[in-house]
Amino acid sequence: MTGNVMAVECNTLFNWLLRLGDNTLVLSHRVSQWCGHAPVLEEDIALANTALDLIGQTQMWLNLAGEVEGKGRDADTLAYLRDAWDFRNLLLVERPNGDFGHTMMRQFLFDAWQNVLLNRLKDSTDPRVADIAEKAAKEAAYHLERSRGTVIALGDGTEESHARMQAALDALWDYVGEMFLDDQVDRAIADAGVGPLPSNLRDEWDGIVGAALNEATLTRPDSDFAQTGGKTGRHTEDLGYILAEMQFLQRAYPGATW
Amino acid sequence: MSSEWPLWEVFIRGQHGLSHRHVGSLHAPDAECALRNARDVYTRRNEGVSIWVVEAAHITASSPSDKGPLFEPSESKVYRHPSFYDIPDDAGAM
Repeated sequence: MTGNVMAVECNTLFNWLLRLGDNTLVLSHRVSQWCGHAPVLEEDIALANTALDLIGQTQMWLNLAGEVEGKGRDADTLAYLRDAWDFRNLLLVERPNGDFGHTMMRQFLFDAWQNVLLNRLKDSTDPRVADIAEKAAKEAAYHLERSRGTVIALGDGTEESHARMQAALDALWDYVGEMFLDDQVDRAIADAGVGPLPSNLRDEWDGIVGAALNEATLTRPDSDFAQTGGKTGRHTEDLGYILAEMQFLQRAYPGATW
Repeated sequence: MSSEWPLWEVFIRGQHGLSHRHVGSLHAPDAECALRNARDVYTRRNEGVSIWVVEAAHITASSPSDKGPLFEPSESKVYRHPSFYDIPDDAGAM
């Protein structure tokens, strides 16, 4: 174990783990904003379940990140006491919820990616990473089954639901590319066998998403343009609003517990 | 076509149960979605190992007003209970 882990610089591993934890943290907060507002009770509960699953994954990733950093920060400290530029999540997960279909489309694009990623991470040379991936993969598989089903049902639904799903896909497509971009951190992680190169996830993702869009009678946008920056801390203004809401209590009453 | 989703009845087989038990109902547009909804609404606390859903419209139920003719006649027929037999000790637990 130590041999492989030592091959990655601590700071690199820390940054990479932040990306994993921040993705699930920010998406969880976005999904939790539906609580009490979803179109039907069943979807409301399902979305809350998903948000809670993602928070559980966040705790594992960010606690490990804190452990790797070695400065005594745990998941709560990292979640509540960092500012926007220290967050490493993909821009996709901070995009506003839009309507229910828009939220489910964002969820589907993410779920497909997360499933491919987690399945690769099960073979990580770092057993701590493999362990978290193993735990998270099952619920992630269910998230995908659910979001995929909803995207197909609404895409291949009424004229209005179809139009809304196509609009959601078109609007979110610019944020897909960032999931598959490799940078220095990714390459160091891949060289050590800790995780896959993001670009290597694309084919499998394309297969999952392509098949579902086909069934949903939706047209895959013909563009490779990618909005980027989230992975290195350059975010859209939306993240600031998310953090303002999420971090308010710890900022106003530092150290408060209940 | 109605814009309301149909009602589904949900049956769950629990960790230690041998048979599925009715746990409640929910709305869903189709059977697959009803299964997923049942998973999210009724098995959040690790209640189940198996789920059945059936569209409520497919259940034929007895009418409460038929209670008399259907059930009262059996009230006076205690001999239908196997409670008048002496069970030999060596038969063990029945």
